[in-house]
Amino acid sequence: MAGNATEKWQGGLLGWIDARFPLSSLWNDHLAKYYAPKNFNFWYFFGSLALLVLVLQIVTGIWLTMHYKPDSKLAFNSVEFIMRDVNWGWLIRYMHSTGASAFFIVVYLHMFRGLLYGSFRKPRELIWIFGMIIYVCLMAEAFMGYLLPWGQMSYWGAQVIINLFGAIPGIGDSIALWIRGDYVVADATLNRFFAFHAVAIPIVLLALVVLHLLALHEVGSNNPDGIEIKQNKGPDGIPLDGIPFHPYYTVKDIVGVIVFLIFFSIVVFFMPEMGGFFIEANNFIPADPLKTPQHIAPLWYFTPFYAILRAVPSMYGSAFPGVLAMALSIVLLFFLPWLDRGAVKSIRYRGNMYKGWLAAFVVSFVILGWLGMEPPSTVYTLIARICSVIYFAFFLFMPFFTRMDKTKPVPDRVTS
Amino acid sequence: MKKKLLAGLLALVPALGFCAEDQVHLQEANIDSSNIESLQRGARLFVNYCLSCHSASMMRYERMGKDLEIPQKLVAKDLMFNNGRLGDTMTVAMYPEDAKAWFGTVPPDLSVIARARGVNWLYTYLHSFYRDPSKLTGVNNLAFPDVGMPNVLWELQGVQEPVITTSKDADGKEVKTVTLKLVKPGTLTPKEYDRAVRDLVNFLDYMGEPAKHERRSLGVKVILFLLLFLVVAYLMKRDYWKDVH
Repeated sequence: MAGNATEKWQGGLLGWIDARFPLSSLWNDHLAKYYAPKNFNFWYFFGSLALLVLVLQIVTGIWLTMHYKPDSKLAFNSVEFIMRDVNWGWLIRYMHSTGASAFFIVVYLHMFRGLLYGSFRKPRELIWIFGMIIYVCLMAEAFMGYLLPWGQMSYWGAQVIINLFGAIPGIGDSIALWIRGDYVVADATLNRFFAFHAVAIPIVLLALVVLHLLALHEVGSNNPDGIEIKQNKGPDGIPLDGIPFHPYYTVKDIVGVIVFLIFFSIVVFFMPEMGGFFIEANNFIPADPLKTPQHIAPLWYFTPFYAILRAVPSMYGSAFPGVLAMALSIVLLFFLPWLDRGAVKSIRYRGNMYKGWLAAFVVSFVILGWLGMEPPSTVYTLIARICSVIYFAFFLFMPFFTRMDKTKPVPDRVTS
Repeated sequence: MKKKLLAGLLALVPALGFCAEDQVHLQEANIDSSNIESLQRGARLFVNYCLSCHSASMMRYERMGKDLEIPQKLVAKDLMFNNGRLGDTMTVAMYPEDAKAWFGTVPPDLSVIARARGVNWLYTYLHSFYRDPSKLTGVNNLAFPDVGMPNVLWELQGVQEPVITTSKDADGKEVKTVTLKLVKPGTLTPKEYDRAVRDLVNFLDYMGEPAKHERRSLGVKVILFLLLFLVVAYLMKRDYWKDVH
């Protein structure tokens, strides 16, 4: 009798809520009855991992703001205060600093998955575009967050990046001044960057993640075969190659999450600076507007674009062409869904042309990333120019090589 | 306008390499951060030789005592010279304006200096002072040319003078190498001095991140837990996926 009463009460509560809020239908649409292809492989872990890192960053970020002081006189010491005098402060700070780099690693792998299996192709163009906007926001978020510890690299990195806007002809200086709120990076800059980093951009990011997922769940997930599973439905209307996201992919993603957390913990607990890639040594020197460090390099996730910027020679005494090239290198990514004219989506059924171009693209991207950290030299600039040309050629020739490529026949059903 | 543009462009081109700093070959500090005695000796050297000019404004005496297993009474008696409280941080009484007038620059706070410079650089730096009568302090430093700091450890180390040897490199170009020779011994033998500097650098490294030991020991536990969790999670996944073909 007690059991009966509980059951009745539970059903009653859910019913009560469902009559007022689409709780059951949300649960079903996005988890229990969202049918995902059953052949997801390794590359499909990184979407859920990106979500995990986003949550980690938000939670650790909230706790950091409880002790951080966005004031040019107090910021540096407040970070060290967190590292020493706040209980578990060091752990929260290292999770946040490692999380920033982890976010980019996960997102780069997630985007590469899209390139491998054509996940950006029709009908998933909007998913790709929302994702690209997330990526751009993430860059802004990381850039502004890096100013907050107010070390030498924070300061001079921000100075260099804001100066990029100054290279825009005519209005550049006014824009740079407007962004900084002062003639140099100063307290006003720190305060507004904090506002954007802690409030404005996270809100936009969360909204975009919702849009990204809504668009995905509207059309359904792609898969390593690039086949639309909705074209093969059983009599019950369920895709034959689909399985409910929950519990199948939730339990599978938990395994992925734990493997990720093991790597994450190795960095957080044993190499939080990651040899200077995640936290730079120069950033343990408080920001000094009068002392320019010998070598300023952005953090590793920006270096491919920074290398493109430096590879383009100044014209008429203006660095604007480089800035334009750098902006273009990111803007081009937005157009992938329309640049790719291949008959098939997945790399499994593409010909050697796409495979070769993709490999060249990835290799040049990695080389550019490395070059962006190094001081320039004649040889390095030459290599950077070659790699930049390959980077842009990948996009510009894509409509041609994808169409000319000898593709293989795509099976009707997913392969396991 | 043009000047500003030029400044902006200059900022775009990093690493022009004006500075000759950091070109010295770094010696290995070989510190052992688990050696409490070394850290304790380093702490004593630090408060005796460094703390009169350099602050460590993020480091609390109390925390140091706890971490380095020095009884708080001893910390107050032997390591604190300012009649302050144990919970205080290691500040100095010197005014920044005075410091600037005396040394040309304010001695940097040393709380996180080991993380900024690296232990090998610090170890090398403290070995690289040599006599240079042209300097106000009477010394110069190979690792940090024209440094404003005098060789405060000279009593322990003695006095070094530079020896310049010229040799030819592979391209036949003349290369000057500067080595330092001890011309007047200090109260410590060179071996004892090496150990003293190692202790001091070890302490500076500890100060850079007092939570380092806690971090590593917690890390082992966290990863062991995650490995265990991984087994359970994998078994659960395998069980759920049995019916997927």
